[in-house]
Amino acid sequence: MKSRPRILAASSAGVVLLGLGLTACGGGGDEKTADGAGFEAAVGKVVNPSDKKGGTLRMAISSDIESTDPGDMYYAWSTNYVRLYSRMLLTYASKPGDEGRKPSPDLAEGLGVPSADKKTWTYKLRRGMKYEDGTEIKAKDIKYAVARTFDRAVLRHGPSYFSNVLDAKGYKGPYKDKNLDNFKGVETPDDYTVVFKLKDPFTEFNELVNFSGQTAPVPQDKDKGERYGLHPISSGPYKWEKDYQPGKGGTLVPNSNWDQSTDTNRKQLPARIETIAGLNAEELDNQLLKGQIHVDLAGSGVQDNARKSILTDPKLKAQADNPPGGFHWYNPIDMKVVPNLECRKAMVWAADRDAMWRAYGGDVGGEIATSIMPPDVEGREKGTDYYTKAEKGYKGNVEEAKKSLAACGKPQGFETTMIYREDRPKEKGVAIALQQSLARVNIKLNLKGFPANTYTSDQAGSPSFMQKNNVGIGTFGWLSDWPTGYGYLWALSDKAAILPSGNVNIAQIDDPQINEAWKKSYTTVDAAERAKLYNMIDDRLRSQAAYMPNVYAKSLLFRPSTLNNVFFHKGFGMYNYSTLGVTQ
Amino acid sequence: MIAFILRRLGGAVLLVFIISAVTFLIFFGLPKLAGTTTDDMAARFAGKSPTPEALAAIKERFGFDQPLAVQYGNFVKAAVTGDTYDTGVEKIDCPAPCLGYSFRTNQSVTDQLVDRFPITLSLVVGAAVIWLLVGVSIGVLSALRRGSLFDRAAMMIALAGVSLPIYFTGLLSLAFVVHQWGLLPPVSYSSFADNPFKWASALILPWITLAFLYAAMYARLTRAGMLETMSEDYIRTARAKGLPERTVITKHALRASLTPLLTVFGLDIGLLFGGAVLTERTFSLKGLGSLALDGVVGSDLPVVLGTVVTASLFVVVANLIVDLLYGVVDPRVRHS
Repeated sequence: MKSRPRILAASSAGVVLLGLGLTACGGGGDEKTADGAGFEAAVGKVVNPSDKKGGTLRMAISSDIESTDPGDMYYAWSTNYVRLYSRMLLTYASKPGDEGRKPSPDLAEGLGVPSADKKTWTYKLRRGMKYEDGTEIKAKDIKYAVARTFDRAVLRHGPSYFSNVLDAKGYKGPYKDKNLDNFKGVETPDDYTVVFKLKDPFTEFNELVNFSGQTAPVPQDKDKGERYGLHPISSGPYKWEKDYQPGKGGTLVPNSNWDQSTDTNRKQLPARIETIAGLNAEELDNQLLKGQIHVDLAGSGVQDNARKSILTDPKLKAQADNPPGGFHWYNPIDMKVVPNLECRKAMVWAADRDAMWRAYGGDVGGEIATSIMPPDVEGREKGTDYYTKAEKGYKGNVEEAKKSLAACGKPQGFETTMIYREDRPKEKGVAIALQQSLARVNIKLNLKGFPANTYTSDQAGSPSFMQKNNVGIGTFGWLSDWPTGYGYLWALSDKAAILPSGNVNIAQIDDPQINEAWKKSYTTVDAAERAKLYNMIDDRLRSQAAYMPNVYAKSLLFRPSTLNNVFFHKGFGMYNYSTLGVTQ
Repeated sequence: MIAFILRRLGGAVLLVFIISAVTFLIFFGLPKLAGTTTDDMAARFAGKSPTPEALAAIKERFGFDQPLAVQYGNFVKAAVTGDTYDTGVEKIDCPAPCLGYSFRTNQSVTDQLVDRFPITLSLVVGAAVIWLLVGVSIGVLSALRRGSLFDRAAMMIALAGVSLPIYFTGLLSLAFVVHQWGLLPPVSYSSFADNPFKWASALILPWITLAFLYAAMYARLTRAGMLETMSEDYIRTARAKGLPERTVITKHALRASLTPLLTVFGLDIGLLFGGAVLTERTFSLKGLGSLALDGVVGSDLPVVLGTVVTASLFVVVANLIVDLLYGVVDPRVRHS
C-alpha cells in the first residue's frame, strides 16, 4: 500500500490546538479501508497473519536500548525485544488478548512447581535446547544467569528481585566470587532441573521469573561482565551479526540452531532485523508512516505531529491502534510534607480532573483514572472515587475542598511546591491545571520543572529533596512489572519500598494496614484472594489521599501495511515483536 | 616560527587543562553544591527502585565517594598515562590519551570519540566547502553589485539563513526533500571507504542545511569586508595602474577581505569539529555532537568531559592554524 506522504513539521502551536480539537475524534470509531485492517484492528486479534519468510524488518528507537544484555534490562520494550535472540525459563505467551499477560513455559517444560511452604520453586528444562553455537543449554547456565544479577555494580539496569528474594546468604555475584557452588539461591541437582530457594514464601514467583530476561541462559565462559550485552549469545530465533553498537544499533540474523518446533512464542520470518538507535523522533515517525521503518521499538506511540496526521487521515488511521499502554500517570502527594489527611483531601477535592485529563490529550491520550492500578491488572476493581469524580467535565469541588481545609486547620489555604519533568509537556500541562484549580481554594502550588534524567533519582525519587524543598506533590507514571496487584502496587506502597534515592513510594506512605496486607499476600495461594488484598491496598492509598489518580495512558501505535502478524500484547503494553514478519 | 608554534602549543595544553578542570567542576562539583547526593548520582545508573546495597556498589565502582580532587586527578592521570577498566570479568586497557570509560555504553570514551569523529568530519568538511564557495561568491557579487536586486535578494536570503535554526530548516528539508518529493533517500550514514556514492547521498541534505546557515553569515561578512576594501586607496591605485578588474578584485580586494573571514572560519571549524549538535541530532547522524548530547541527557559524565575536552582541543588547534595562515593570506602580516 502507498500511504499519502505527510509532512510532520507543523508548528508547536498548531499541534497544541489540533491536539485539543482532536480529543473529540479519537478513541472509538472503526474506520476501515482497503489499505488498512482498521482502527484498533490489532487489539485483540492478529493483523496480517502470515508465515511468509524473507525481507528486512527495520526497527528504530529515538533514544538507545538501555542494554542488550538480557539480564541487564528493565523496560517493557527491552524485554519484548530480547525475545528475538534469547529464550528464558518462562515468557509471556505470544497471544493477543488476556492470554498474553499470563506466564507460559519457554525453556522450561512447564510453570514452576512450588513446595508446600512456597519457599522452593522447581523448574524442569526441556532437553536439546541449543545456543547459537550448537552447544546444549544446561541448568547451570540458568543458575549462572541468575547469579550474575546479584552484582548490582556490574548489571545495574535490570530488576533486583532475585537478589532480594533468593536465600543466597550474602552472595555477591560471580564477578567477586567465581565459584558458582557458593551461590545457594539456585540449585541444579541435574542438568535439567533448576531449583530456586527463597528467603520467604512468595506466591507470584512464576510471574517474577516470567516478566524479565534474567533467566535467559548465559554460558559462564562467554560472559564478559557489563560488556556481555555488546554481543549476547543467542538462544532465540535470531543472533547478533556483529557487536551491538551503543547509540547506533545492530543487526540480527537467523540462528540456525533455534528450533521452531520447540517454541510457540516466536517465529523466524524476516531474513534480517535491523535496529537503528538514536533516530530523531520526528524522522522516526515520518519513516514509520511511510513504511520505511516497521516498528518504533519504544512502543509508547507516535509523537504529536504524527498523531495529528494519523487521526485526520482515514487511510493512516486504519493502520493504527489506540490501546491502554499500561501506564497510569498519577500525582503522588508526599505524606511527610503534607502530613494532615484533611489537607491532602483538600488538594484532591480541588483538582480539576477534566483539565488534567485534557493535558494528556483527552480521549486519545487516555482514560480518566479511578483506582491506582490500571484496568489491565488482573483482578483489579474500579473502586470508589475518594474526594473526586473520575468524570469528563468534572472540575473539582471547591466547597468540599474548603471544608477539608478548615478541618485541616488551614482555612486560609497553604503553600507547597509541585514538581514535574520539564521536558514532558503533558506533565507540565497537568501541573498548570492543578496550580490553577488549587488556587481557587488558596492552595498555592509553586511549580518547578526538572530534567527527566535526574527526576526519578535526584528529585521525585529522593525523599530528602522532597522534604527539604517542601515538595508536596509531583507528577509520576508507573507501569507494572507484571500485571498483578503486586507487580503494580508494591513499590508504590510498601514501607520497605521507601528508598533514599530512586524511590518510587513517592508518597512515603508507611501504613500499618497496607504493610500487613502485603505480608499476608505473600502466602495467599489463591489469586482471587490476593487480588482482594491488592484492591484493599489500592483503596487505602486513595482514601489516605496519598496518590491522586489521573490518567490511564493510551498509546497511538502505527503498523505499516507491510508488517505481518501484528497484535497488541497486553503483557508488554505494545505490539509483540517476537512473531513479526514483513512483506517485501 | 618554531618558537611561536611551540609557545602556542604550550598555551593550548594549558587552556585544554583549564577547560577540563572547569568542565569537571560544572558537571561533578556544582550538582553537589546544589544538593545532589552520591546516592542520587548512583541512582541515575541503577534500574528501578535500587536498594541501598545496589547504590553503595555503584558508588564504589564509579568512585563517586572519592573527593572531587581525587576524581579529577584520576581523570588527568588516565589522560596522560592511560588506564585499565574492570568489566567484572576482564580488564580492558585504555591507552593514553584515555578520556575515561562510559558506564552507560560500557566503552572507552576515546574509542567512541575515534568512532564518531569521521561522521562529524564528513559533515563539517562537506558543509564548509559549500558554504565557503556559495557564501564568499555571493558576498563578493553582492559587494560588486551593491544596491542591485541581486544584492538585496541575496542579503534577504542570508538574513533568513542566519535567523532560521537548523532544527527547523533541517526538519523542513527532510519533510519535503525526502518524504514529500522523494528526491533523496532517508539519511543513513555510510562510510566514504565503503561506498562514496552512498556517503555523499546521505550527507547532501545535512551539508546543505548546515551550509545554509554558515553561507548566509559568510556572505554578509564577505560583502562587508569587500565593500570596505574596495574603498581603500590601494584599490584605486591598482585600478589607476590599469590592472584588469578581475585582478583587482581577486588578488587585491578579496585577499585583504579574507583575513577576518579566516579568523571566523577557524573558530567555526574548530567548534563544529567538536560536534555539530543540532545538525547531527536533526539528521540522526551519530557524530561527536550527538555523542555529547547523549552524554548530557544520560548523565554520562565521562562522555561529557571527553567531548568537551576534544571540542576545546579542536578550537585551539584550528586557531593555531589560522594564526599561521594569516601570514600566507595577508603579506602585511608576513612582513611585519
